[in-house]
Amino acid sequence: MSLASSTITSLRQRLVSKEISPRDIVQDVASAIQAQNDMLGAYLTWNVEKALAEADKADLSQPLGGIPIGIKDNINVTGEPCTCGSKMLAENYTAPYDAGSILKLRASGAIPFGRMNMDEFAMGSSTENSAFQVTRNPCDLERIPGGSSGGSAAAVAGNLAVATLGSDTGGSIRQPAALCGCVGLKPTYGRISRYGLVAFASSLDQIGPITKTVEDAALLLNALCGKDLRDSTSLDVTVPDFTQAIGKDIKGLRIGLPKEYFISGIHAGVSARVKEAIEKLEALGAIPVEISLPHTDVGVSTYYIIAPAEASANLARFDGVRYGHRSTAANDLLQHYQLSREEGFGPEVKRRILLGTYVLSSGYYDAYYLKAQRARTLIRQDFEKAFESVDVILSPTSPTPAHKLGALKDNPLAAYLEDVFTIPVNLAGLPGISVPCGTVEEDGIQLPVGLQIVGKPLDEYTVLRVADAFERA
Amino acid sequence: MPSPEINIHRIAQLSRLALTEEEAARYEKQLNQILGHIDQLSSYPLDAEPSAHAMPVFDVVRADVARPGFTQEEALSNAPRRAMDQFQIPKVLE
Repeated sequence: MSLASSTITSLRQRLVSKEISPRDIVQDVASAIQAQNDMLGAYLTWNVEKALAEADKADLSQPLGGIPIGIKDNINVTGEPCTCGSKMLAENYTAPYDAGSILKLRASGAIPFGRMNMDEFAMGSSTENSAFQVTRNPCDLERIPGGSSGGSAAAVAGNLAVATLGSDTGGSIRQPAALCGCVGLKPTYGRISRYGLVAFASSLDQIGPITKTVEDAALLLNALCGKDLRDSTSLDVTVPDFTQAIGKDIKGLRIGLPKEYFISGIHAGVSARVKEAIEKLEALGAIPVEISLPHTDVGVSTYYIIAPAEASANLARFDGVRYGHRSTAANDLLQHYQLSREEGFGPEVKRRILLGTYVLSSGYYDAYYLKAQRARTLIRQDFEKAFESVDVILSPTSPTPAHKLGALKDNPLAAYLEDVFTIPVNLAGLPGISVPCGTVEEDGIQLPVGLQIVGKPLDEYTVLRVADAFERA
Repeated sequence: MPSPEINIHRIAQLSRLALTEEEAARYEKQLNQILGHIDQLSSYPLDAEPSAHAMPVFDVVRADVARPGFTQEEALSNAPRRAMDQFQIPKVLE
């Protein structure tokens, strides 16, 4: 087995026993990228020399010592590009600082290596909104990898990376992990510093790991968590050793099944795999409990008011003055803003800026934004009530397996509606993981299905415990 | 809240986007479609306080001490245009 296709856990054992060196891992990942990235399109850029230099200095006594981690191209790493998949930042942007999450990775001995393709400014669920290239699903090259962290998931599933970081605003870690067949974890809002993550919707964005196993996700989460003074929303709370959740049994744990989630609209194969997963968990001693999340039907509407509203404010910073694309055709300052933004942003980003500006504009604020904030409270209360009687909540991650490339290109609303199971988790700020739960056959090809496990606020431990027990069974 | 027809040119102006006519027509249609779905909230009973954050934190303060920040050179390093160690913008006053 190649080093790039190994887990962090196994690589660490081989590093500590001196069987391999960090340089060997970086070189193996670099060869895999060289051989396959033209086909897969997962990486935008990668700097082998820089990673090798860091590999030679890696502190193997640290828990992630010598492990290269691919970074979604919206997280700043000093001296590297950070395009956010956008023409806006394609020219002349070099990150002048490390994001909080990158400082944490470095402190644990990991090596940031490579920039992963993504939907422009993380807006999308297919990675087709990247301004630069298509990323393909390693299971079927004619299909999307999901998104917006599509490069991060495709690289891990296609063995072009050991593990990667993604960001998740409405499902952007969990959904591509599900569609590519790997593990994706979105921690509780506030667990991981957002400092240096280019903001999309600040009250929803959260960084998290995409890995080959649940144990690797726990290892990365250990490294990433903690209060950061530069992110006032990061939480000052105890961080348990999440690897202690690995290898535990789940006897007596109560598994909530929202009755609103298991109705029409789900692909029959996805529904069947999730039902089998529930039976498997039951066989392991877990107790299924039917629960209700009555405000599920307004989740997507709520999200597509709040997220674009926040995005329209966050992306106002791209004014062609301090960084980013600057139009050469402008005659005055207003034109300078209008043309720089018109030329720099792609279609999905413009669509969401327009939508967000509209719902915040005078006369519509109360009708849209305020209503969405009230709905958000109800959605959070749904989960609070459900968690009085269960320990975790189960659902499909995505209602369908990976679509063909271009399938939803001209129908943004249809694409938005597919986020139905992941969005409420962001609105409520909860931790959620997607783990592979089998495949469905489409056109003679087996496509991965993801099982989503959602936990109480700050209870990543139980989420990982259930996910790991399921993965091992 | 009946689905109001949006004035795409006004919204584009507020968004500081110089849309082409083709874009304006396309986005107007798509936004009306999306708003048509979102309008389900208008008739929905929403008896709850609004929440801006899932994990509200209040009065976040830190010690009032100087800490390192960007140097002038670092802050200017990504400027598309600079002059005399400042960001350069088009003329504002005639």
